[in-house]
Amino acid sequence: MSIEYLGLSEINGPLAVLEGVRDASFEEIVEFTVNGGEKKLGRIVAIYDDKAIIQVFEGTDNMSLVNTHTRLTGRPMEIALSPDILGRTFNGIGKPIDGLGNISSNIMRNINGLPLNPVTREYPRNFIQTGISAIDGLTTLIRGQKLPIFSGNGLPHDKLAAQIVRQASLGSGSDEKFAIVFAAMGVKYDVAEFFRRTFEESGAGDHVVMFLNLANDPVVERLITPKVALTAAEYLAFECGMHILVILTDITAFAEAMREVSSSKGEIPSRKGYPGYLYSELATLYERAGIVKGVDGSVTQIPILTMPNDDITHPIPDLTGYITEGQVVLERSLHGKGIYPPINVLPSLSRLMKDGIGEGYTRKDHQDVANQLFACYAKVGDARALASVIGEDELSALDKKYLEFGTAFEHHFVGQGDTENRSITDTLELGWKLLRMLPREELDRINTKILDEWYDKIEE
Amino acid sequence: MSKTGIIYGINGPVIYLKGNTGFEMSEMVYVGEERLVGEVIRLTRDTTTIQCFEETTGLKPGETVEATGDAVSVLLGPGILHNIFDGIERPLSEIALRSGKYISRGVSVDSLDTEKKWKTHMVIREGELVTGGTIIAEVPETATIVHKSMVPPTLSGRIVSVVADGEYTIKDTVAVLEQKDGTQVELKLAQKWPIRIPRPTDKRFPASTPLITGQRILDTLFPLAKGGTAAIPGGFGTGKTMTQHQIAKWSDADIIIYIGCGERGNEMTQVLEEFGELTDPRTGQLLMERTALIANTSNMPVAAREASIYTGVTLAEYYRDMGYDVAIMADSTSRWAEALRELSGRLEEMPAEEGFPAYLASRLSAFYERAGHMQNLNGTQGSVSIIGAVSPQGGDFSEPVTQNTKRFVRCFWGLDKSLAYARHYPAIHWLTSYSEYMEDLAPWYKNHVSARFLDDRNQLVTLLNTESSLLEIVKLIGADVLPDDQKLVLEIARVIRLGFLQQNAFHPDDTCVPMEKQFKMMETILHLYRKSRELVTMGHPMSVLKEDTIFDRIVTIKYDVPNDKLEMFDEYDKAIDKFYDDVLARNA
Repeated sequence: MSIEYLGLSEINGPLAVLEGVRDASFEEIVEFTVNGGEKKLGRIVAIYDDKAIIQVFEGTDNMSLVNTHTRLTGRPMEIALSPDILGRTFNGIGKPIDGLGNISSNIMRNINGLPLNPVTREYPRNFIQTGISAIDGLTTLIRGQKLPIFSGNGLPHDKLAAQIVRQASLGSGSDEKFAIVFAAMGVKYDVAEFFRRTFEESGAGDHVVMFLNLANDPVVERLITPKVALTAAEYLAFECGMHILVILTDITAFAEAMREVSSSKGEIPSRKGYPGYLYSELATLYERAGIVKGVDGSVTQIPILTMPNDDITHPIPDLTGYITEGQVVLERSLHGKGIYPPINVLPSLSRLMKDGIGEGYTRKDHQDVANQLFACYAKVGDARALASVIGEDELSALDKKYLEFGTAFEHHFVGQGDTENRSITDTLELGWKLLRMLPREELDRINTKILDEWYDKIEE
Repeated sequence: MSKTGIIYGINGPVIYLKGNTGFEMSEMVYVGEERLVGEVIRLTRDTTTIQCFEETTGLKPGETVEATGDAVSVLLGPGILHNIFDGIERPLSEIALRSGKYISRGVSVDSLDTEKKWKTHMVIREGELVTGGTIIAEVPETATIVHKSMVPPTLSGRIVSVVADGEYTIKDTVAVLEQKDGTQVELKLAQKWPIRIPRPTDKRFPASTPLITGQRILDTLFPLAKGGTAAIPGGFGTGKTMTQHQIAKWSDADIIIYIGCGERGNEMTQVLEEFGELTDPRTGQLLMERTALIANTSNMPVAAREASIYTGVTLAEYYRDMGYDVAIMADSTSRWAEALRELSGRLEEMPAEEGFPAYLASRLSAFYERAGHMQNLNGTQGSVSIIGAVSPQGGDFSEPVTQNTKRFVRCFWGLDKSLAYARHYPAIHWLTSYSEYMEDLAPWYKNHVSARFLDDRNQLVTLLNTESSLLEIVKLIGADVLPDDQKLVLEIARVIRLGFLQQNAFHPDDTCVPMEKQFKMMETILHLYRKSRELVTMGHPMSVLKEDTIFDRIVTIKYDVPNDKLEMFDEYDKAIDKFYDDVLARNA
């Protein structure tokens, strides 16, 4: 039997302060009853002697210093898990909102998770074919990787994420043991609806777990949403042996919620007002991707973040890039040219690519072709810069070839239809077709033997 | 009875105790019922502040904190190599045995294996007078490294008893030392040392020998001395970790301490896997045999991340005391600085630049100054070289961590985003990088490589610099209008960039290139330059010179000449002479 405390001593934004508590522990979950009816949950974020500072997930609206009863639960934030969560929809703190009742299970998991021990991890090597040339060919996605999409407002990142989900998993040869965990943090209703529809249309509805915190839902709840989702993902992957693809959108809203709470706590801000622990906090999310030795399942993450003002040096994309294993960067000018997906390949990168491609995984020329495409496309930029100064007519014959190559690369290699599913062989052949537009001596990143084998090969 | 205190407040990893507990600064403490490891970081008359190296979820006010009486220290003895630890020297494989795939809290494990019996050869005799640092026993720790157990630096006196050679654990007493005041101390194979205090040495030597890494842009253009310090700054994706891996694999240090400080878990797994498979070209043994890893990944507790750098450098100093050359890879010091910032913010200290605490610079300098080529207390010579990666926010080198690091290191290997975008690896930019060791090391290069080495190297740098200013012009008017001698500079600089600076870490020969081959490559390129310049001076245009494939053949020397067939370079010299004669003959 636990004690109920009457009233609060302070409310400030999403934070409530309770004095005179006994036996409260750090990060413990508390339950509020407001006006005798409405229930809210909160988490203790700091304790000083008998004074507990509590973050209220559902927001502090309606709460007053006298109308609130507080009860300590004695446990950190936990959620009930069972394989039945597949096909269900929850709110941002893991309560079902699809009207199908609670999950009854005695498997309770702490949502904060624990760090995976590096010696028990298995280094990810399995290539996932997404059917998108710019990703498969140049920034290959690997099972167990965390590969974010850096986007901007108004760019088709949702469409791209949906296409990856559809083609990576649910296309031909999809295995039963595959599922998607989708966490929405502060996204618009339309976006959540778009994903729900996509999953349903592709017949994946009963392989998806959705955690939705929409733009008008309480801000503090957003801080919990990804953790709840990842706890569910870890459970499905490491205890049920499934391959889980986690989509987190939008990380920017998560970080902004953190800033909001931090400033109401009166913490000392570091960059752009974000708290000093932004890096650690993001890392505890992203590092929950991976593969564990001796376990069948895996957690692959595709976080989506919208870069404020398209600025890749903003703290959120910047810190994310330092934690994740690469990034896929969308570019507004490509979008403007009508190219879909508008992936700017130069700043895009997959760190795990080098060990998951080549002979035995994709094809032995993969790395060389990728390097050469990168190198040539980088030169296109120089040629374009020169053309804008002296005019295209004045360019040397070689530079003109590079311009042609650049346009073809953007339209035919990067650009593809939103239902077009290219095999890795198609992607590599397309790469060769483009490289053949350039004279052979310009291809300085490709091993001579591989050049001999493919460069002069006549297309059927 | 050890001192205790009562928890009063908890804010993330920071814990407050009420009253004057009598704890000492930097003392190690056990927090709460789960006995989490922590360290005292601030004392006032009313409050003791502690940073906790583990997650504090579930901790309650009123729980006790127990002082250990010792500063946070590491256990130094055989068993460090071929092992992986967290930031406070707890072996991760032991933790995995106890708590499975996750690292749970309050796991109490010994830093080193206390059961393992080591084959010990005693080198001191009864009655000998010893001082701190004297080697007492030798233990073959791994296939390549002989571990030398020493008298702790603070002790001296006469040895009154010694055990016979045999097999001992690190807990067994192997000798007894009688100090001047008559007290007897049992000496073991292992000893403790506080991580924040540098191990004492006799004196420092100036830099004299380069740390050969097999990486052309480092060894030839911007060398690091053994006992020196280097920084590798670069935005994400520019190849900091890759460069660190290459140095850890191929450098000619005896021992590598690799600190993964706030980085990715998968990266540490990769190092573990790869180093457990690759062989060291110098000894023929696995790389892991000379490596110790410290892994405090980004999702592990932040206070332990702050400590991991010190743990690493203390292990390195210990092996230096045995007379080894040790190299530390710290990846990344920015994560460490951010841990400082995070803790400082929690302590509500006044922030200086960008929220970093004002003591950032002094902490950084204290860390880098622990590097050096030293005469040890026992008369041997050893060195600690520190190679720190820096992850500047937004890739902007003007931020506080990069700028302060620059003040304390003498070697700067600046990674460049545009090179990385064009997949030119290593993406170390030749214009922003520098090494202050070049002059100190000039005699070494003269004696061990060639008297012409320094001149050649400077020519290479000059050509690259000229190229960069020419490219400014090309950007405005195109390359066609340049005079032929300048076109030649552009062409040769291209050969240098592609053929020399760019190095393929995945190619069996190119991943590590011996100094002699580096020098010959440089000579060949410069030979081509001199011959071509003669032709251009005689009035032959570049377009005629380019008809020959010689330029592209020189670019692929790195692949075409195996590392053990350096005599093939003579053919290239002949080919260049033939090219010269051909051009003359055709255009006569």
